[in-house]
Amino acid sequence: MDVLDVSLRIGGVLLAFLLLPLLVGQAEHKVMAHMQGRLGPMHAGGFHGWAQLVADGVKFAQKEDVVPQGADRTLFRLAPAVALIPYLIVLIAIPVGPGGMVGEVIDAGIFFVLAVLGVGVLGSLMGGWASANKYSLLGGLRTAAQLMAYELPLILAAASVVMAAGTLSLPGILDAFAWWWVPWQLIGGFVFFTAGIAELHRPPFDAPLAPEEIIFGAFTEYSGLRFALFLLAEYAGIVVVAALTAVLFLGGWHGPLPDQLGWLWTTLKTAVLCFLVIWARVAWPRLRVDQIQRFAWTVLVPLALAQIALTGVVKVVFL
Amino acid sequence: MSLGSGLAKGLAVTFRAMTRRAVTQQYPETLPELPPRSRGVIGLFEENCTVCMLCARECPDWCIYIDSHKETVPPAAPGGRERSRNVLDRFAIDFALCMYCGICVEVCPFDALFWSPEFEYAETDIRDLTHERDKLREWMWTVPEPPPPDPSAEEAKETAAARRTADRRAAERSRPAEQAEQAEQAEGDREPGEGSAS
Repeated sequence: MDVLDVSLRIGGVLLAFLLLPLLVGQAEHKVMAHMQGRLGPMHAGGFHGWAQLVADGVKFAQKEDVVPQGADRTLFRLAPAVALIPYLIVLIAIPVGPGGMVGEVIDAGIFFVLAVLGVGVLGSLMGGWASANKYSLLGGLRTAAQLMAYELPLILAAASVVMAAGTLSLPGILDAFAWWWVPWQLIGGFVFFTAGIAELHRPPFDAPLAPEEIIFGAFTEYSGLRFALFLLAEYAGIVVVAALTAVLFLGGWHGPLPDQLGWLWTTLKTAVLCFLVIWARVAWPRLRVDQIQRFAWTVLVPLALAQIALTGVVKVVFL
Repeated sequence: MSLGSGLAKGLAVTFRAMTRRAVTQQYPETLPELPPRSRGVIGLFEENCTVCMLCARECPDWCIYIDSHKETVPPAAPGGRERSRNVLDRFAIDFALCMYCGICVEVCPFDALFWSPEFEYAETDIRDLTHERDKLREWMWTVPEPPPPDPSAEEAKETAAARRTADRRAAERSRPAEQAEQAEQAEGDREPGEGSAS
């Protein structure tokens, strides 16, 4: 592994990290608009508003970066970075295609990915605490409660795939994949994807943000570029959760086309899952905090446990 | 399973909306097709104005300004009296005050005020919204022809009156010799005017 190879991989991951969230954001603008009978951005950049998010970025960069008087300044300034960077690190470990098409092969990849994903949520918690604002604190605490509730089904669902494949390495899981894993792990996939959305506090699980009740929760006091970084973290999170679901439960690069085009399959599956995330936001109302908790503990956790039992039974009896 | 069906319905409705074309009109690129009688701005056909001041007096928010003076016209025949007439000096509407009620247009007995669908006259200073007679006269060119009445609509009063006169004249011309039953002819005058509505 020479220097060129490493820099190429890191450059690729960085490029994907900078580009894909913007693509998802733009897709959300347009898909949401058309689902509501609107057109969405039409002017920025000339052709159907393709440069809207670039324009948004320029606008955010021009705004004043305000830190409230009573805030814990260091934590307040650090929080957006804590929210954003974990997703960049997770992207390194996600395999895109066969034959080492991955930023870095990590043996305990799934452990690494899930651990780092959990760190990202801490950014909101830090921001909520450091803002010295009761709405931010409420949002931060709701974020924490949601993290506690949904981390468990997330890990249980991932554990089911690990049991099926007999390895913790993400490329290893994909090497062991066969098409009938999709129906076999269907419940686990549902649990993982739902819990992933909930950890990102995307609608319908966005009670920690809830602009109408607690004014964006932990982000109330943020402005300018730091607010933009939080938004970017949300969209990077969508990309990461969709890509992880595609890799763990939908077979990643496996598809009818030859293996050289495997990266296309990963991208396509990720894109479809991103669309589902956007669709859910448009179609469904926000759940209450207690409903979110009840859904996690009474629906997702039992489902995940049932999936693990199913995986174990099939693994022991049939394989 | 009311919960599940509701969720599915939400997905279906939004997906169907996405597959349909949005009806949005991109305004500066696509100009709106305004219906007839749109209340955009009030145009002044100043040739018809006799400075009767009815519009200014009926205006609920007093946004019409009219100045005039009297001029004497030499007598039509030698030895006659001089006639006086009103000459319009200023006619202005303050569109910052106007609430587009259209009472002035309704009340004008000489058909000097009209609705125009023109609406792009925003200004950066509120004082620039008071438009003088030359601007109001220019807007007259944008007043559309009135749309034809509905097929089943009642005939307009002036049309009915004109038709009645025309019918009577025609009847007089067709039978000049028969002077005998004048009473019957007077009855027949009324008939065609009312019969034409059916």
